[in-house]
Amino acid sequence: MTAPVLDVRDVTKVYGQGDTSVYALRGVSLQVHRGDYVAFMGTSGSGKSTLMNILGCLDVPTAGRYLLDGTDVGTLTEGQLAVLRNRRLGFVFQSFNLIPRMSALGNVELPLAYGGVGTSERRRRAQAALRMVGIGDRGRHEPNELSGGQQQRVAIARALVTAPALLLADEPTGNLDTGSTADVLAIIDRLNAQGRTVVLITHESDVGARAKRVIKLVDGRIVADQRNAPLDGPPPALLVDGSVPR
Amino acid sequence: MNRDIVVFALRGLTANKLRSGLTTLGILIGVAAVILLVAVGNGSALQIQENIARLGSNTLTVRPSTTGGGPGGGGGPGGFAGARGGGGAGQQQATGPRVQAKDLTVEDAAALQDRSAAPSVKSASPVVTAQSATSAHEGASHPVGQFVGSVPTYLEATDRTVDSGAAFTQADVDQGRKVVVIGRTVVDNLFGTVDPLGKQITVNGVPFTVVGVLKEKGSSGIQDSDDIAIAPVTAVRQSLTGFGGIDQIVVQATGTDTTESAGAEVTQILNQRHGITPGGTADFTVQDQAALQETVSESSRTFTVLLGAVAAISLLVGGIGITNIMLVSVTERTREIGIRKAIGAPRRAILGQFLTEATVLSLLGGLGGVVAGIIGSRFTIAGVDPVIVPESIALAVGVSVGIGLFFGGYPASRAAALRPIEALRHE
Repeated sequence: MTAPVLDVRDVTKVYGQGDTSVYALRGVSLQVHRGDYVAFMGTSGSGKSTLMNILGCLDVPTAGRYLLDGTDVGTLTEGQLAVLRNRRLGFVFQSFNLIPRMSALGNVELPLAYGGVGTSERRRRAQAALRMVGIGDRGRHEPNELSGGQQQRVAIARALVTAPALLLADEPTGNLDTGSTADVLAIIDRLNAQGRTVVLITHESDVGARAKRVIKLVDGRIVADQRNAPLDGPPPALLVDGSVPR
Repeated sequence: MNRDIVVFALRGLTANKLRSGLTTLGILIGVAAVILLVAVGNGSALQIQENIARLGSNTLTVRPSTTGGGPGGGGGPGGFAGARGGGGAGQQQATGPRVQAKDLTVEDAAALQDRSAAPSVKSASPVVTAQSATSAHEGASHPVGQFVGSVPTYLEATDRTVDSGAAFTQADVDQGRKVVVIGRTVVDNLFGTVDPLGKQITVNGVPFTVVGVLKEKGSSGIQDSDDIAIAPVTAVRQSLTGFGGIDQIVVQATGTDTTESAGAEVTQILNQRHGITPGGTADFTVQDQAALQETVSESSRTFTVLLGAVAAISLLVGGIGITNIMLVSVTERTREIGIRKAIGAPRRAILGQFLTEATVLSLLGGLGGVVAGIIGSRFTIAGVDPVIVPESIALAVGVSVGIGLFFGGYPASRAAALRPIEALRHE
């Protein structure tokens, strides 16, 4: 078996110092393999967002090691981390985090621009990514002209445009209505069915139920790790629908 | 990718047009002030030098010294009517063995023309000046600013040429003919559009015939150089000033490099003629125009530097404005920086974006300032025609770009150094 995509070894994260220090993570260890679909669940303050930020290389652990595709992230320089975030990771935020006053297409092109992809190639791939999330006709619109669901789709397109192996989503449906939630989750399911590793955070059990594996966090520790569907198969929701993964 | 960074920077600037515009204005004013004030300083320096050059080239002015002090200040040859020799004769100096002070005489001037004793002297022209000379012609009257009695060489020594008609000759001087050449101002006041050649004017009641009109020299700041009339020294002494001492001797040296030796020769000859012993206090002073010019140039350079320094301060203030705006911009867009970093923007891309923003601001301001400075220097400011110093343009633009890089560098590096998660959490 190849190296796990994510290999977290006894990671702790402490905020503040001395008497006021707060433990967000108290020794978390886990491995996620290629093609898996993992949902972290937990209440507010359980440390799931902190873990997600560490997985996304946005934050660094206080102690412990984190290997991404077999590479120890702690040994990388600032520049190497930027390349890593650009090529290997796609991050979707709860609050979309699109750049204001920049068209949807521009937002999706941004990671490619930082990755040094040429203009025409960039445009082609960004448009393809927008079509994949079903808003190929909205490329010219700026974020404030789009609905929440559409904005989150742009954000997913942006996360996918560099074809990263790992998609991280921090409560992707937290700010969306029911209809948009279903659409966005369906997109994520389909991406996993195509072989992309997906890790998401949620506190809604019906969202968690769509993952192949659910990990529960309480007070910075993993308290449950449950597999709902086999690693190699399609995500459970697609089986229920009966729809065939493309 | 570099092109993209520039595009991001421009997008950032156009997102806040008013703010960008005002920041640019700060630099614009600074750069324009540097260019314009240096141009004004330079212009006034050139003007002063021109005025001094107008007084005559390679000339020395010998004046009777009633006090034994240093050279009298101000005024050109012939314009120093106050220092009449006669009144001061006989004054005793407290220091130095000074005998009876002697007036300058026409004979003194003639002695200075001695080729063997004074080889560096080209000409020496005795000058008398009539006080409050009022000229009149057919009912029109005009108080002449300078009514000078001298010899033909005076014209050349004081850099004057005759525009129409002819100058009076040595023969006119010898025979004491009452002829006169007059300046443009006198012509305008007495004759208007009528041709003055051959006409008679009266000066304090004495009739003089106009034989020539002097070419215009323009104002020299304090006095109008064209408000002048020049007549043979003999005629003026006979009819107007009397036969006392003369007011000055204008000595022209043979060349620019011989003015100093000419000064020494003049001093020696006059010392001998006036019986001044070595160490004694001379009863005359020799004033060198070149030395005066140097002194004035130096002080006007100081003036220019001072103006430039004041302008540089406003440029600095503009630079601080850029820093301020860039800091605000970074703070306001911290979250955007976080997003960019989260999707893989390298440090240098963020640094480049904000540095480019700051540089574009200051460069636009700098170029605008150059345009404003050049346009502004086309106008006369406080009586001075500004003359642009090309170096000041290069300097001002260079400094403004430097300011962009330097003052924009701090906010930009602060933005680039932000940890992605900290930037993203920022509200």
